[in-house]
Amino acid sequence: MTFLQITTQLLEGFAYTLTIFGATLACALPLGLLIAFGTMSKFKPLNLVSRGFVWVIRGTPLMLQIIFFSMPNLWLTPLINFVFRSNVDLPIRGTEATLIMVCVAFSINYACYFSEIFRGGIQSIPYGQYEAGMVLGMTKRQIFFRVVLLQVVKRIVPPMSNEIITLVKDTALASTVIMVDLFTVAKMIVNKTVDIWPLFYAGLFYLVFNGLLTVILSRVEKRLDYFKV
Amino acid sequence: MAFLEVKNVKKSFGNTEVLKGIDFSLERGQVLSIIGSSGSGKTTLLRVINHLETADEGFATVGKDIVLDASVKKLSEKELREMRLKFGLVFQSFNLFPQYNVKKNLTLAAELRAKEALGKKASKEELAERYSEISDKADALLEKVGLTEKAESYPCELSGGQCQRVAIARALMLEPEILCFDEPTSALDPELTGEVLKVIKSLKSGEHTMIIVTHEMEFAKNVSDKIIFMSEGVIEEEGTPEEIFGNPKSEKLKSFLFKENF
Repeated sequence: MTFLQITTQLLEGFAYTLTIFGATLACALPLGLLIAFGTMSKFKPLNLVSRGFVWVIRGTPLMLQIIFFSMPNLWLTPLINFVFRSNVDLPIRGTEATLIMVCVAFSINYACYFSEIFRGGIQSIPYGQYEAGMVLGMTKRQIFFRVVLLQVVKRIVPPMSNEIITLVKDTALASTVIMVDLFTVAKMIVNKTVDIWPLFYAGLFYLVFNGLLTVILSRVEKRLDYFKV
Repeated sequence: MAFLEVKNVKKSFGNTEVLKGIDFSLERGQVLSIIGSSGSGKTTLLRVINHLETADEGFATVGKDIVLDASVKKLSEKELREMRLKFGLVFQSFNLFPQYNVKKNLTLAAELRAKEALGKKASKEELAERYSEISDKADALLEKVGLTEKAESYPCELSGGQCQRVAIARALMLEPEILCFDEPTSALDPELTGEVLKVIKSLKSGEHTMIIVTHEMEFAKNVSDKIIFMSEGVIEEEGTPEEIFGNPKSEKLKSFLFKENF
């Protein structure tokens, strides 16, 4: 295989890696916020369910969750058939469907980690900020979105950066169930060519992309430097 | 009936009874100072009136409007907001919004309120007109507290005294019937208290009714029409500054004033 061929193949794998990364980030951020509200809720059942959920997801290996979600026919199909008393066969097969399920697994996993970061950020905002909003006649919603949220964002950018960078590398775990992501492609090339360097070449892709993310995230941090919380 | 009537306000935290039945009244345009040692319940009283704490018992009116009724347990958020807006509150720790500049700190709540009042159907022009009125009002208030040139600054760039003056202007934006101060100078360095007290004093002109919880005895003496001395959750003594400082009757007030002068 020529260098160009290897590069092209790795780039194709990288596109899938980026897909998993992007989809996970897009889903896990809002989902994480919802879970954070759940774990902070004063409504006991919701609070318990959310905290239990975070416990299970953070307490088991991500790889196990990926395997679990990649086999929906093992649990999702029976569950749906049981609930709706039906007898259907869900068409969740093939690379595309599995890719989606892998993204679901990543999203849920990262949402739980994000939720704890959100919770920490939200709880670190002094209660006086809420009170100031209240005495100015603002609604709870207005106080959260107009007063608290940006302060939370400022506080959580550093820990979030950590998680986001970890996510880029964690996508390699998808190679347990699908054969398309960057890391899998690199492994396959190594097997075919009996040459180890494509693996390290793939590592360079991760490194460069994370370098780019680091620059973007530190820009965000700088942008929020104009105020102190 | 007086402009502000507060009747039988009670509040406990767990087993600790912090307010044991507070009654007082205030005429429009008057300034009331509440003094007393730490833990006497004066801040809690202010917080109850501003609905930051829920009273266990009690009733209060401003003019003809009910602003506190502990017998009504479930208030909607809207009712609560309307009651709160009768009062303005300046906090000990300012609580300015750090991500907004001084001007925006003043206009934010007013703009949100204007938008809400106009509803979704409002035209852009109407809204722009309201916003420009709000902006003018903010400018006028900043001038009043002497911070016109700081309009674009962020709270982290201001001194404590300047922050508190911004907080006072912010509280005045929504034109509260009664402006409350919760130890407005306690978080400030001694050399910065003067500028804040000066601003508060300048508001005393008959148009602003004010309640001030304070440890500044000299200030309370100068600015107040009426003083309440609280101790252990009750009003121990109340009267004019002359009566309270010149002729204290209860032993508790006498010993409190002695300690303060010391």
